[in-house]
Amino acid sequence: MANFSSDPSFPPPRRLKPWKAVERGLAKVGISGKALVLIAPVLWLLVFFLIPLALVFGISLATKQFGRPPYSPLLTTEDGTVQLTLHLSNYIKLFSDNLYVAAYLSSIRIAFISTVITLIVGYPMAYAIARAPDPWRNVLLMLVVLPFFTSFLLRIYALTGFMRGNGLINQFLGLFGIEPLVMMQTDFAVYVGLIYSYLPFMILPLYTTLVKLDVALIEASADLGSRPWQTFMSITLPLSLPGIIAGSLLVFIPAVGEYVIPALLGGPETLMIGRVLWDEFFGATNWPRASAVAVAMLAVVVVPIMLLQKAQNAMVEK
Amino acid sequence: MRRGWFLPIAATLGFSFLYAPIISMVVFSFNENRLVTVWSGFSTKWYGELFNDPQMLGAAWLSLQIAAISATIALVLGTLAAVALVRFRSFRGRTLFSGMVSAPMVMPDVITGLSMLLLFVAMESLLGWPAGRGMLTIVIAHSTFAMAYICVVVQSRLADFDRSVEEAAMDLGASPLRTFFDITLPIIAPALVSGWLLGFTLSLDDLVIASFVSGPGSSTLPMVIFSKVKLGVSPDVNALATIIVAIVATGVLIATLIQLRSKPKRARP
Repeated sequence: MANFSSDPSFPPPRRLKPWKAVERGLAKVGISGKALVLIAPVLWLLVFFLIPLALVFGISLATKQFGRPPYSPLLTTEDGTVQLTLHLSNYIKLFSDNLYVAAYLSSIRIAFISTVITLIVGYPMAYAIARAPDPWRNVLLMLVVLPFFTSFLLRIYALTGFMRGNGLINQFLGLFGIEPLVMMQTDFAVYVGLIYSYLPFMILPLYTTLVKLDVALIEASADLGSRPWQTFMSITLPLSLPGIIAGSLLVFIPAVGEYVIPALLGGPETLMIGRVLWDEFFGATNWPRASAVAVAMLAVVVVPIMLLQKAQNAMVEK
Repeated sequence: MRRGWFLPIAATLGFSFLYAPIISMVVFSFNENRLVTVWSGFSTKWYGELFNDPQMLGAAWLSLQIAAISATIALVLGTLAAVALVRFRSFRGRTLFSGMVSAPMVMPDVITGLSMLLLFVAMESLLGWPAGRGMLTIVIAHSTFAMAYICVVVQSRLADFDRSVEEAAMDLGASPLRTFFDITLPIIAPALVSGWLLGFTLSLDDLVIASFVSGPGSSTLPMVIFSKVKLGVSPDVNALATIIVAIVATGVLIATLIQLRSKPKRARP
């Protein structure tokens, strides 16, 4: 790279440009451009992301006590010696109390089943958008993104208007003389809510892989005598696998920790780990127990999160 | 290629599923009846009620302020992170850094909320800052997770554009900093606009994280809506939802148009 301005034989600029002045000043103090770009985001993430997570681990090893803050200190100094007190009671409770175990398992089950249904609902939609003619494709994509931007909470609320005892579905059924169905405060409503909220997360990555799919491959397969179903199973589905993986993880991970949907749509028997954490924190003000629940939840989602990162990197680099 | 009837029908059903509840909410916001799903005539009285609810208005104002500030902070941080990830191919701790940047995006809200709260409480007892919880702590929490989303948006734009323009500027003697402000920034501007809007809506939408890190007297709009909805259906929430849908639809439309216009023309296979 030729840098003429540093060449002494080159006529000096009439006036020092402000950028140059700033850069020279910084270089004098020994700050390189690279460090300057990195320092703010790195510091921010260290303080507001990494340290908070470490605190969750730490406080999960404390016990509840009255006072501010409402947990026992891990480090105490007595007669000049520092004592580290770690309580495993929260974890023991987590594994021995049926409530926690059940909540843990049912969160995974509910998240898994809704991910599968979301995939089944979302795949044909993503495929239809990817194959739509050009101006339509953008319109349809916008229609997928729009609900995602509309308040999540208000969309869940809109669903309650549909599923309530005197809601629209039951009014419609009533026209045919069908007895009203009980949908609210059931696991069914939670499934509907999860699928409804996370459908855009499934469609977008699926669309990204499907739109890149070479139509010539599908035509070739059809020309060679494959039935559409065979072509789909042997060409389209395997090639869209990165999208399927990314979309499924994007639904599964937040669904495991979901609080709002089970709280508004589920019944008292709908156990989900996010709700348990919330109740421990806000209801029982047991911060250490809530932290232990968070650690347990992290254990479930950490592998999916790492897989998601791999899948996303693969999609970006393609 | 023959497509048949399956895809159009599946897509129509899917879109109806996405939109039917939203449309019914808009329609019933103009319903005169207090029973939300029983139509008894056109009325705009719930809008009137909404605008006379000081709690709702105060919460809306607080939420808008928080959203604007945290979107701006997140935009700066997210853009810096994106530049680092796209332009600096290797530096010490790059893997950790890229993991830290994107993790808040997928972290369950309850964990983010709880961890942030624990941090603020610990900081307050150690440093005396932030004193109490409220707008400031919500802004910090929202900036952190909005930053992750904005970084992804800006990253894809940075990776997309022709680097030779930047190289040309530097060959002509522009410093890296000047090249960034004169060349790079205008090119990635559309991504910055949509990133900011994304951060804004994410902040406006968040209930869980804000519930953890807010203090007494600083209830955001989602927190007020949540407490109302938990008690049952209230028609003024329909009115509020309609207003939000209208604003968001306009915003998304504008953002899409900006993105489409500025997208470099590329040959499609």
